[in-house]
Amino acid sequence: MRHPFELVAVTPGSMGCKPPLRSPPPSGRLRRAGRSPLTDQGVPMISRQSIRSLALPLSLGVALGSCVPPPSQPAAPAPATSATPAPAAARSGARPLAPLTRAEQNALPAIEQTLVRPPGLPPPITRRTPAKVVIHLEVREVTMPLADGATYTFWTFGGSVPGPMIRVRRGDIVELHLMNHPSSTMPHNIDLHAVTGPGGGAASTFTAPGHQTQFTFRALNEGLYVYHCATAPVGMHIANGMYGMIAVEPEEGWAPVDREYYLMQGEVYTSGNYREPGLQPFDMRRAINEDPAYVVFNGRDGALTGTNALTGRVGERVRLFVGNGGPNLISSFHVIGEIFDHVYSEGGSTVNTNVQTTLVPAGGSAIVDFGLEVPGSLVLVDHSIFRTFHKGTLGMLRVEGPDNTVIYSGREVDEAYLGDYAPQAAAGTDGAALQPGEQTFNGVCSACHQRTGAGLPPVFPPLASSDYLMADKTRSIRAVLAGLSGPVTVNGTVYNGAMPPLANLTDHEVADVLTYVRNHFGNHGDAVTVSEVAAVRATLVTPTPSGHP
Amino acid sequence: MIPAARWSSTLLLSALIASAATAWGQRAPQSAPDLRVIRGGEYRPFYRLTGRERVTVRAFALDARPVTNERFLAFVRANPAWQRTRVRRLFADQDYLAHWAGDAELGPAARPSQPVTRVSWFAARAFCEAQGRRLPTEGEWEYVARASDRSPDAPRDPATTSRILAWYGRPNATLEDVGASRPNYWGLHDLHALVWEWVEDFNSALVVTDSRDNQGPGVARFCGAASSGAADVGDYVAFMRYAFRQSLRGSYTVRNLGFRCAADIAPGE
Repeated sequence: MRHPFELVAVTPGSMGCKPPLRSPPPSGRLRRAGRSPLTDQGVPMISRQSIRSLALPLSLGVALGSCVPPPSQPAAPAPATSATPAPAAARSGARPLAPLTRAEQNALPAIEQTLVRPPGLPPPITRRTPAKVVIHLEVREVTMPLADGATYTFWTFGGSVPGPMIRVRRGDIVELHLMNHPSSTMPHNIDLHAVTGPGGGAASTFTAPGHQTQFTFRALNEGLYVYHCATAPVGMHIANGMYGMIAVEPEEGWAPVDREYYLMQGEVYTSGNYREPGLQPFDMRRAINEDPAYVVFNGRDGALTGTNALTGRVGERVRLFVGNGGPNLISSFHVIGEIFDHVYSEGGSTVNTNVQTTLVPAGGSAIVDFGLEVPGSLVLVDHSIFRTFHKGTLGMLRVEGPDNTVIYSGREVDEAYLGDYAPQAAAGTDGAALQPGEQTFNGVCSACHQRTGAGLPPVFPPLASSDYLMADKTRSIRAVLAGLSGPVTVNGTVYNGAMPPLANLTDHEVADVLTYVRNHFGNHGDAVTVSEVAAVRATLVTPTPSGHP
Repeated sequence: MIPAARWSSTLLLSALIASAATAWGQRAPQSAPDLRVIRGGEYRPFYRLTGRERVTVRAFALDARPVTNERFLAFVRANPAWQRTRVRRLFADQDYLAHWAGDAELGPAARPSQPVTRVSWFAARAFCEAQGRRLPTEGEWEYVARASDRSPDAPRDPATTSRILAWYGRPNATLEDVGASRPNYWGLHDLHALVWEWVEDFNSALVVTDSRDNQGPGVARFCGAASSGAADVGDYVAFMRYAFRQSLRGSYTVRNLGFRCAADIAPGE
C-alpha cells in the first residue's frame, strides 16, 4: 500500500493546495484515429518508469511548500477574477478555465475518439491544449448473455454495457453524434452528466430509430461523469443497460499509473431469478420495488471473472474508473485484499486516502487507485454483500509476480483447533470437567469462602483442606441445597453462622461445584454426580424447584 | 363538410352505428370486416400538460388492423407520386419503403400481409385520404389503446402490460402478419406489440423540440422530470408510446412504425 503519493496526502489544512495527484502526464501518447467501431483493443499500458519519475517532483513539491491558489469558495469568491466579468464558460468548475471564443472553437483541431470495449478505455490525454473531440456513439438494442444460459435484450450505447468510456480534457469541445440503429424498437437519447446545459444533451439528442442527431458542448468541469439514456420511462432505459461514463481529465491530467480499468455496476430486473436460463424479459414490478434479480459489474454475471478477470503485476499501480449506472442501488465498492490509496470521491476533485470501501451513488462514480504489492486474486465487490453472493457483483483482478512475505506471509499455520470440542477428562479428576464448577465457585461461593477457599475465620469457614467438607459428601450436598445453620467445627475451629440455601443451582451445577472444591484447595476426593445431587434434593423436607430455568 | 365521393361510406357507417347501439354496454360493436365502430367517451389523459383533466372522444371508426404491405402496394400503384423513387424527400426520408424490392414490388423482405412500415406521416396520411378516411388523432388512438381483451378501460391490466413489455424484450428482427394477435375489447387487432402507429397529431402532446426554450411542456420530457406530468407513472407502455411519437418528424420512416386509418361518424345519425 505504501507509495510516494502518501507523503502528500491532502489534509484539511492543505485543502487549498493543489491536489498532489495532478502532475504533467508523460508525453507522446496522443491517439488520433479515424472514426472506428468499438474494438477489443487491450487496456492501455503506461510504462513503469512513469510512476518512478513522478515520485521525486512530488516530494520536492511538498518540501518547498508549493501550492496553487485555493479553489474559489462559495462563501468567498476569488477576488482576483472579479475585476472583469468573466465569460460564461469561466464560471463553471472549481478553478478558472480560459474562455473560448466561437472563432477559437472553430479553429480547434478535431480528434475522432476511438471507442474501446469495457473494461478497456481510451488512453490518458497528453495534449496540453484544448481540442474538439468528436464522438460517434451508436445505440443498439441487442440480445446478449446476462449469465451463463440466461440472455437479455439490452439497450446499449456502442453495443456494450456499460457504453464505451469517453475521455476528454477539461476545456475541450465535445461534438457528440448519437446514432440510433434502424433495428431499434425505441427512440433514445443521451444525458451526459459532464454537460452544462438543459438535460445534459437529452433533448438535443432525442433520436428515432434509424436516425441520428448531434450536439456540441464544452467540458467545463473535470471529473468522472455518468452518461445515460433519459428517454421516458428513464429507469427502464437505464436498467436495460443504457449508461456509461465520460472522464474529463484536469488540464494537467491525472497522475500516471501502470494500468487503468473501467467498470460500472448496474442492476437488471428480470422476471426470472438470478441465473434462471432463457431470454429474460424486463420485470417492471421488480424494478419499481427496487428488487433486482441481478446486480452486476459491466453488464453481466461474470463479466470480470475467470478468463475475463482484470490483470496486474506486482509493483504496478492500478486505477479503476468505477461508475454506478443504478438505476436504483448505491454501491459500497470494495476490493477484497486491497486498500484504496486514493479515492476521488464521487468522481470529483477531493482526494481521500487510505479508504477501504467507497460509496458510489446511482448515477455517480469514484476514481480509485492502489499499488499492487503481492500476488494473488483481488476480489471486486459491492460490500452490500448479499448482492455479491446472490446477484452477481463479483469481479477479479489477478495479480502476478513474486511473493513479498513481509507484507503478506501467506498461510503460516494450518492445524486442528477443537476449542471446547476437545476430549473431556473424566469428571472428578483434574480435567476440563472442573471448569464449569470453578465458574460457579467464583460466581457464587467465593463471596464468603474466598477465591482461595480459605474462608474468613471466624465468620466463614474454610473449604481449603477442610475436614468437615471431605468427611461427608451427602452433608455437603445438603448444605448447598438447603443451607447450613448453627455451630460447625471445621479444622478444629467452631463457626456459628448461616449459609443460605442455593437451591436455585441446577443439579448439574451443584455436582460440578462440589466436585471442584473437593479436588482443589488441598482437597482430594471423588466426584459428586448429578444423580447424587438429585437424590439429596428429593429428600429435602420442602421440595424446592429443581434449579433455575 | 363531407365530399360527395365519401357519402356512401359515411352513410354505411351511420347505419352500422345505429345497429350497434343496442349492444352497447355488453360488447364492442361489430361492423364491416375492416372497420370497427368506437363509441365515444372520455378519459384521463396520460399527460395532463395540455391543462385538460379529461379528454373527450366522439364516436368514430377505426381500421381493425394496421395497413398491410399489400394495401399500401395498391395505393402506390394508383398514386405513383408515392412510389419510392418518386416521392419528394420533404415528404419521406431516404429509408421510405426501403425494404421493398422496387417501386411497385414487395419482394422477399416484405410479405403482403405484414404491416407496412418505413412510411412517413405524409405518406400514411395520403393513403388514408385516398380511402376516404384519415389518420386517427392521438386522443382517439390512446382511447382505444386503453382497452384490454374484456374492458374498454384497463390501462393497467397487468397481463396486457406484461405482454406489451415483453414485446420490447424480443429482438426486433421480423414482423408478424397483421391480425395474428387477439383482438381487444373494441375488436381491434395489433394495437400493441406489433408496430408503432402514426397518429394525425403525433407531436402535439409535447410540442417543443429543445428544452432551451425552457417553457412549455417540453421541459418535462426527459429523465425523472418526465414523470411530473404523467397521470400514471406506472403506465410504462404509455410512456413509451409518447416518447416514441415525440422522437418523430413528419418525413421520418422507421422499421417498426406503421399506421391504420380512422373515419368520422356523422353526429346525430
